[in-house]
Amino acid sequence: MSVETVPREAVEEKPATPLKAKDFKGKVDPDWCPGCGDFGVLSSLQRACVNLGLRPHEILTISGIGCSSNFPGFFNSYGMHTLHGRALAVATGAQMANHELTVFVTGGDGDGYGIGGNHFTHTARRNVDLTYIVMDNQIYGLTTGQVSPTSSIEMKTKSTPFGSVESPINPITAAIMNGATFVARAFSGDARHLTGLIEQAVRHRGFALIDVFSPCVTFNKDNDYPFFKQRVKKLEDEGHDPGDWKAACEKALIWGDEIYTGLFFQKPDTPTLGDREPVLDEGGSMAGRELGITPGQSDRIIKRMM
Amino acid sequence: MSSERFDFAIAIGGAAGQGIATPGNVLARIFIRRGLHLNAYNAYQSIIRGGHIFLTMRISDRPVHNHGDKLDLLVCLNQDTMDRHLGLMGPGTRVIYNGDTITPGSPGDGVHLCPLPIGELTDNNRNKLVQNTVALGTILNLLGMDFQILEEIITMQFQRKGQEVVDENVGVARAGFDYAAEHFEHFNLAVPSGGKPLAVWTGNDALAMGGASAGVKFYCAYPMSPSTGVLHWMAQNARELGIMVRQVEDEIGVANMAIGAAHVGCRSMCATSGGGFALMTEAVGSAAMLEIPVVFIDVQRAGPSTGVPTKTEQGDLWQILGASQGDFERFIVAPTDALDAFNTMPELFNLVDHFQCPGIVISDLLISEGTFSVDPEAIDMQPEIDRGELITESRNGVSDIPTGSQEANGHGLIGAPSNGYLRYENTDSGISPRALPGVEGYAHVVATDEHDEDGVLVSDEFTNPHKRRKMVEKRARKFKDVARRIEPPTLSGADAADAEITLIGWGSTHGVIREAVEILNRDGIAVNHLPVKWIVPLHAEAIAEVFASAKRTVIVENNHSGQFHRYLRGETGLTAEGHIRKYDGEPFMPHHIVDGVKELLAGQTDIFVPYQEVIV
Repeated sequence: MSVETVPREAVEEKPATPLKAKDFKGKVDPDWCPGCGDFGVLSSLQRACVNLGLRPHEILTISGIGCSSNFPGFFNSYGMHTLHGRALAVATGAQMANHELTVFVTGGDGDGYGIGGNHFTHTARRNVDLTYIVMDNQIYGLTTGQVSPTSSIEMKTKSTPFGSVESPINPITAAIMNGATFVARAFSGDARHLTGLIEQAVRHRGFALIDVFSPCVTFNKDNDYPFFKQRVKKLEDEGHDPGDWKAACEKALIWGDEIYTGLFFQKPDTPTLGDREPVLDEGGSMAGRELGITPGQSDRIIKRMM
Repeated sequence: MSSERFDFAIAIGGAAGQGIATPGNVLARIFIRRGLHLNAYNAYQSIIRGGHIFLTMRISDRPVHNHGDKLDLLVCLNQDTMDRHLGLMGPGTRVIYNGDTITPGSPGDGVHLCPLPIGELTDNNRNKLVQNTVALGTILNLLGMDFQILEEIITMQFQRKGQEVVDENVGVARAGFDYAAEHFEHFNLAVPSGGKPLAVWTGNDALAMGGASAGVKFYCAYPMSPSTGVLHWMAQNARELGIMVRQVEDEIGVANMAIGAAHVGCRSMCATSGGGFALMTEAVGSAAMLEIPVVFIDVQRAGPSTGVPTKTEQGDLWQILGASQGDFERFIVAPTDALDAFNTMPELFNLVDHFQCPGIVISDLLISEGTFSVDPEAIDMQPEIDRGELITESRNGVSDIPTGSQEANGHGLIGAPSNGYLRYENTDSGISPRALPGVEGYAHVVATDEHDEDGVLVSDEFTNPHKRRKMVEKRARKFKDVARRIEPPTLSGADAADAEITLIGWGSTHGVIREAVEILNRDGIAVNHLPVKWIVPLHAEAIAEVFASAKRTVIVENNHSGQFHRYLRGETGLTAEGHIRKYDGEPFMPHHIVDGVKELLAGQTDIFVPYQEVIV
C-alpha cells in the first residue's frame, strides 16, 4: 500500500504556451445578476489555473444546482452540471476513476451544506483529492430568496418573513471536524487573495474546502459587500498557524466586527483516498485500464465455486 | 430408482446464530462435486440471533430450477423447527434432531425419527455448533454415501481455523455417521453420480461476476438486504481483479458516484434494494439526461417501505418504471435465474454503452440469495465488450483554447468560441460520439439541465422551445427499433394449438413456472409458458402474437396488484383472463401454480392466491 505523497505532475509541468485568463472563458457568459459575488470567484479560478499551468482538458469542473452551480458552463474545462447537492458524490466517482484529472467542485451553500451535507461530511473524511469552492451567499438565490444553512439567526427571507429561528452551520469548523485537510475562507471581493488560496488548494493533496463569501446582491441585503469589506481580516496577517486546529476553530467561530479569511487549517501529509486505495497501485487511472478479466483470473474464481 | 429422476430435498431449520450456513455449504459442495444439480432457498428473518431460519436444498441428477414441493429429510437444530415443520413430513421421510434437548411431538405415518444423543456423541462438547456437524455425518449415512467425501469437505471448510478444529469436526461427524449406521434405517435410494463436477453460486455472485466479466472497474454500494451479496463479492475480489469498490454514505451518493466514475470512462455499476433504489431515483434520470452509461441493480424484497426485509417479492416494477421525472430512455431487464443474471450483465453493459443511457436490472431475493448449481463451462467470463462510440484520443492540431470568431459558438456574440466538439450532436441515430474527460480538443460540459448540442444549457437564459424539442427527439431517437437488438421471449411447453392455458411470468418466476408446466403436461393438462425478461424494451409484437393464438392467458407474479399485468395492459392493451399471485413473502412452489391452473380451469376464480404451507 502506497501512502507517500508525490508531487502533482500536471502542476509542476509548464505548458508549451502560457495561457491567459480569457483562455478559460466558457462558451457563454455568466447569467448571474450584475454585481454577483460569483464573478469574482470565476475570474479568480481562471487566474489560478493560468498560474498553475493547467490546460482546460486536464480539468474537470463539477457542480450541483443553484446560481453558482451554473459555473461549469462559464468556465473552459471539462464540466459536469449535476443534480442538486450531489456534486461531491459525482466528483468522488470521477476523481477516483481518473485521478489524473484536476477536479474542482463549484457550488453554493444550500447545495453543499444543506441538501448535499451528507456528501460534504464524507468527502472530507475520505480526503478525496479535489478542490471544493463554495460560493457562500447565505441565501437561496435561484429560488428567489429563502433561508439557507448559513443564513444568520433572525435573518428575514421569503421563507422566514419574521426572522429565522435556526442557527447557521459553520462550514469551517464543520469541515475541520469532518477531517478535511485544507480548510480556507475567502471573500470574492478580494480576488487576489482568493486566487492565491485556490492555487494553494490545488497544490494541496487531499480534500480542500474554500468557503467564499460571495454576496447575493439581489436577495441578501444583510451580508453585502460593505458588510464583508468592513469585517474581513486575513489570517495571514495575524500570524495564524494552519497546523493548529484548535486555533483554527477559535478563529473560525469569531463572527462579529471581525471575520477571518485565509487558510484556517491544513494537514499537508495526510494520505488521500487514492493513496490508500491499493487498486490504484497498479498504475494509471481506472478509466484508462483494459476492461475485462483474464482467463487465469476467471479460472481461479470458478475453481473456488467448486 | 435408476430410470426415475433422483429428486431429493433436505431442510435444515434453527435459529439465527445456530450456524445453518456451514452445514448448508458443506452439503452443497458434496453434491455439486458429485455432479448433482441443486437449488437452495434460505428462508430467514431480519435478526442476527434468534428467530427462525429454514434452508431448503433440493438435489437432483437433472437441472433443478426451484426448491420444489416436498421435503425428504428434516434436520431440526431447535425445538421450534420440530414444532413448525414435523407436520410437513410424509411417509418414508427422516427427521434428525438432538434427542437430548428436542422432543418430537407426533409424527405422521411412516416418518422415521432419528434422535441423536448429541452429548454422548460429542463428549458433552460445550460448543453448541458441533451438533450441526454430527447431523452432517448422520445425513451422509442415511443417504448411503461414503464418509470420505464429508471428511474432505469438512477439512476444506474448517482448515483456516486450524488442524484442531478440523479434527474435532471430522471426529463428531464420524460419530454421527457411525451412530446412524447402527441405529437408523437409511433411505431406500442410491444417490447417483452426475457426469462432471458442477460449481455453486448465488444470484448475487452471478450479478457481480457478470459485471466483472463485462469490465466493471468501479462498483459502489450501501449495504441493503438482499443486495449486499453483490457488494461482498466485489469487495472480496476487488484487489485481484483491479476493480475499485466503494461503500458510500447513502444510495444517493452511490448512484451519483457511479455516474461520476462512468462519465470519465469506467464501466460502473451499483446494487441496492427497493428502498435504496428509491433514493437513487433522481440519479437514474440524471444519467439519462447526461447520456452516461451506468447500470443499477434493484434486488427486490417485500415492500412497501422497509416491508419484510428478508422476504421476496416482485413489487418494485412500477417504482422502476416510474423512477425519475420526465421522459427518458433506459433499459429495464429482469433476469430469470443466476446464470441468466450473469449473462445479462455484459449484454446490458454493451447496450448502455452503445445507447449512452442507464440500464436497470430487476432481481429479487429469490434469485439473488438463492443458491444454484452451475456448469462451470457455462460461465464465460470473457464476453464480447463493445463500448460504442467513444472518443479517447486527442485530435491533431485541435486545442481547447478558444480561437476564431465568437459567432462560431452558435450562441451569438456572447462567451468564447467553441473547440467545435458537439457532445450531444444531433445525429440521425440520436447517438453522439462521447469524448472522455482528459482528452485534449474535446473539452465540453455535460448537463442535467436541458442543453444544446454543445452542452450549453438551454434551461435558463437561453430557453428555446425549438432546441428543447430537438434534444428530446434526439434522445428518444436512440430507442427507435431498439427491441430488434434483443431476443424476444419465446413459448415453451405444450404446442400453442393444444395449450389450454398460456402462463406468462417475468423474471425470477421462470424456474417454478417451467416445472409447473412440466407437471401439468404430464398430468394431461396442456399448458405452455411465455417468460418475459426484457421489460424495456418490451417485445409487444411478439407478446401480442402469443395472446392472439392463446386459448386462455394467465399471468403469474409475486405481488398483490398484478404490476406486470397492469404494465402489459398499458403498453399493449392486452388483458389476461386469469392471475396467479403470491404476496406473503415466500416464493412460489411448483404445486402452487399447478393448483392455480386447475382452479382457474375449473372456473372457480380469476385470481388464485396459493396458501403458503411452510411457515417460516
